Amino acid sequence: MALLEASDLSKSFGGILALAEVTLRVESAEAVGLVGPNGAGKTTLFDCIAGWTRADTGRIVFDGRAIDRLAPYRRSRLGIGRTFQRLELFTGMTPLEHLLVAERVRAGTGRLWKDLLGLGRPTAAERDLAAETLALVGLEDVADAPVSTLSLGRARLVELARALVGSPMLLMLDEPSSGLDDQERRALVATMRRVRAERGTAVLLVEHDLDLVSAVVDRLVVLETGRVIADGGVAGVLAAAGVRRAYLGPAR
Amino acid sequence: MSQFVSFVLPGIPYGCAYALMAAGLVLTYQASGVFNLAFGAQAFVSAVLFTIAVRAGWPGWIAFLVSVVLAAPLIGVLLEQVLFRFTRTAPPLVKLVPALGLLIAIPSLVQLVIGTSARVPSSLLLSPSEVYFHLAGSPVSGEELSTTVVAVVVIILLALLLQSSGLGLRMRAVVESPRMAELAGIRSERVSAFAWGISSLFAGLAGVLLAPIYPQVNAANFTALLVAAVAAAAIGGFASMPLTLLGGVVLGIVQEVIAGYLPSGSVLSSGLRPAFPFVVLAMVLVSRRSLRGAQPSLGDPLAGCDPPPPSLRPPARMAEVAIGSRVFAGVLAALLLVTAAVLVPGNWEFTLTQGLVLSVIFLSITVLTGLGGQISLCQATFAGAGAFAVGQLAAHFGTPVLLGLLVGGGLAAGIGALVALPTLRLGGLSVGLLTLSFALVADNVLFLYSWSGGGGSGLSVPRPTVAGISFASSSAFFWLVVVLLALVSLAVRLLGAGTTGQELAAIRGSEIGAASIGVNVNRLRVVAFTLSAAVAGVGGGLYASLQQSVSPTDFNYQFSLVYVVVVASIGIYTVAGAIEAGLAYTVLLQLIGNLPSRYSSLLGLVFGLVALSYVRHPEGVVEYARIWALDRAEQLARLLKRHEQAAGS
Ligand SMILES: Nc1ncnc2c1ncn2[C@@H]1O[C@H](COP(=O)(O)OP(=O)(O)OP(=O)(O)O)[C@@H](O)[C@H]1O
Ligand SMILES: [Mg+2]
Repeated sequence: MALLEASDLSKSFGGILALAEVTLRVESAEAVGLVGPNGAGKTTLFDCIAGWTRADTGRIVFDGRAIDRLAPYRRSRLGIGRTFQRLELFTGMTPLEHLLVAERVRAGTGRLWKDLLGLGRPTAAERDLAAETLALVGLEDVADAPVSTLSLGRARLVELARALVGSPMLLMLDEPSSGLDDQERRALVATMRRVRAERGTAVLLVEHDLDLVSAVVDRLVVLETGRVIADGGVAGVLAAAGVRRAYLGPAR
Repeated sequence: MSQFVSFVLPGIPYGCAYALMAAGLVLTYQASGVFNLAFGAQAFVSAVLFTIAVRAGWPGWIAFLVSVVLAAPLIGVLLEQVLFRFTRTAPPLVKLVPALGLLIAIPSLVQLVIGTSARVPSSLLLSPSEVYFHLAGSPVSGEELSTTVVAVVVIILLALLLQSSGLGLRMRAVVESPRMAELAGIRSERVSAFAWGISSLFAGLAGVLLAPIYPQVNAANFTALLVAAVAAAAIGGFASMPLTLLGGVVLGIVQEVIAGYLPSGSVLSSGLRPAFPFVVLAMVLVSRRSLRGAQPSLGDPLAGCDPPPPSLRPPARMAEVAIGSRVFAGVLAALLLVTAAVLVPGNWEFTLTQGLVLSVIFLSITVLTGLGGQISLCQATFAGAGAFAVGQLAAHFGTPVLLGLLVGGGLAAGIGALVALPTLRLGGLSVGLLTLSFALVADNVLFLYSWSGGGGSGLSVPRPTVAGISFASSSAFFWLVVVLLALVSLAVRLLGAGTTGQELAAIRGSEIGAASIGVNVNRLRVVAFTLSAAVAGVGGGLYASLQQSVSPTDFNYQFSLVYVVVVASIGIYTVAGAIEAGLAYTVLLQLIGNLPSRYSSLLGLVFGLVALSYVRHPEGVVEYARIWALDRAEQLARLLKRHEQAAGS
């Protein structure tokens, strides 16, 4: 059984059909790339899966459970982690604090009475885990800098690390490489490979950089104006005529 | 029928004034994103100027030109230029606090300049009390006629202006995204300044039109006018001009009709008439879909170009400086306490105790706004609930005060949770307005019953006795308050450092981000409200025990506004800020109390003006000074270290 099965999702905003009967399956530990031109509906599909938007029609089953009606935080607790195209960082907090709070929420051990007894501060084990995750994405040197002082690329890495702390079964990344320089991109590819190898996390990756996508994913899904126009192995999909047209415009 | 008409007629002038003011609110909100509560004060200023001019023997139309056509827009444009120009991309609290500061500071300034003597207001156009004709048997006075005619003419002019010039559209573009609007060739600065001028003119006009209806020109009446206008603006969804105008007129009429038909003499009839607009406001806020929390992700598409908001946490310090500053603060606090206990004369001991009690109430704002990032304009109401619980329990069951404090805190917590529920889906501004309407309903209805606020004479409250030890003497009570304040402060600190505080900090940073890691945002918002209300309730109970009596006027909604302004201007993000705010407030109050009575409004003026600094320093002035001082200390420490190293090598 697939880890994520989204079937026949449709969503329209006013007159715009952002998703038209999109069906998407992601197996456990599988990495799937989701590509398509601007406005194709990639982010909308992410929002439907993670719970920020409710699809007009269709069903979403995650890990054998129908999750259509769950709030985003419940889906997150079930194991769907994500990053955002427009950053959603905790302004005023440091990367380390981002990970500490994420770890505490994941473990679910926080209690009000513990806070009031002074038992709510991060434990040594939590700090170690956070430091380990920071090292995994290469942010250990800025662990205590306010996130507002980080470059866009590194800020995206904070979001990635924050999502990773929750040990998600499915990690959804919305254009993680935008704002990164070449070296950071290579590091990002290495990180994603390590995460997959070490944790067996399934990845759903939205990305415009086709080289980067090809280096990470097993399968490619192409979306155009809300429709899936191709789905299959990376090489085959990239060679297909429809995909080239969607990306490069009609051949003259 | 003729009875109905006789109820409707007096409502029309109110309705027209509400509509005018509401139109102004919507206009500025659309053009600059600021919900300018200071219009209440601006209306007051125009009414005062007009009355003074007429008293001085100026012809009515010149007085009108000066007070409404000249002065009102001038004030508006001035405010826009020096203050609200800088808040466009700021979060709701940063937009709200300066407006609240002005709402308090402007009437204080007026009172300071021209004294407190009540002025008999004058009417525009026609002589106010003369009856011009009868409608279905009801007399129509000159004052009703002139209010209605002027309002209708002005509103038609506005509609023509917005229609013909495409100004409305440009305003919408500017508030949606000033940058995009500018890219499309709209001069957003000008549009915004223009909107401020026009809407301030409306506020001034509403003030002058309504002045004759009130027995005297006093600021409180104009705040009531403001809240009714807020309700009308909410009916229009803070966007639709026709709905807003209609809402204002209907509100004014329904209010009078209800008052006409209710049996006279009961709390309901005397309270519901003034409370009616607030009830409507609350209902509209909760039910109107378009007012529900605007999706944070749908903000300005070019918001990424703005510099990130400054971090509000104090920067990490060198170990030496951190320890040094703690020792310094500890020694200072100890010195203060010893001085207070040994040297301070009796009335100042009372003042200091009052300051510390107020600090407890102020800590409730630290919890809700500093930690939780939410705005409440009903903290005094929560405090009142705690105070009345202590008083009623002591009076009816002889419950000891300390136990009463616990029950009072619990009761306030319950009310806080109930208030929080409908705010869950609302954005920052709407939460503030909803809590304000709750405070006003409490003032006008809930607290007036003898089972709650104790009726007209209030309640008498004893000082606590614990295990046979009486804390009746003022110095014993002082130490009890010190201990309780220390406990509450510690609890707030631990809360902030623990899981709850960190989750709240995450929500403050990004609700969406917080939900993405599994934080139940709604639950935490309720938790923050509940804890904050509990703290306020305990503080209110202590306040009642300190005064040894309590009545509803002690927890009037205006205190809620003042509290927020005072704490925000001193430091809303730290425990120390709340305590400093409590002490500063009562000490200043006491000092000003020693001055001649015309200076009594200095306090409002001082804090109102300090609140204006919130735009630049949301961390608060004292906190800003502290950060500055610690920065210097750190530089010094570095210098010394380098010296040592140089000497060592
Ligand atoms: N909240 C919304 N309201 C109205 N329209 C929306 C909303 N969200 C998305 N859309 C529209 O839906 C369509 C799909 O948008 P979406 O953001 O999913 O595209 P995308 O594939 O992520 O594009 P990009 O590569 O630019 O990120 C677009 O036409 C967009 O304008
Ligand atoms: Mg997108």
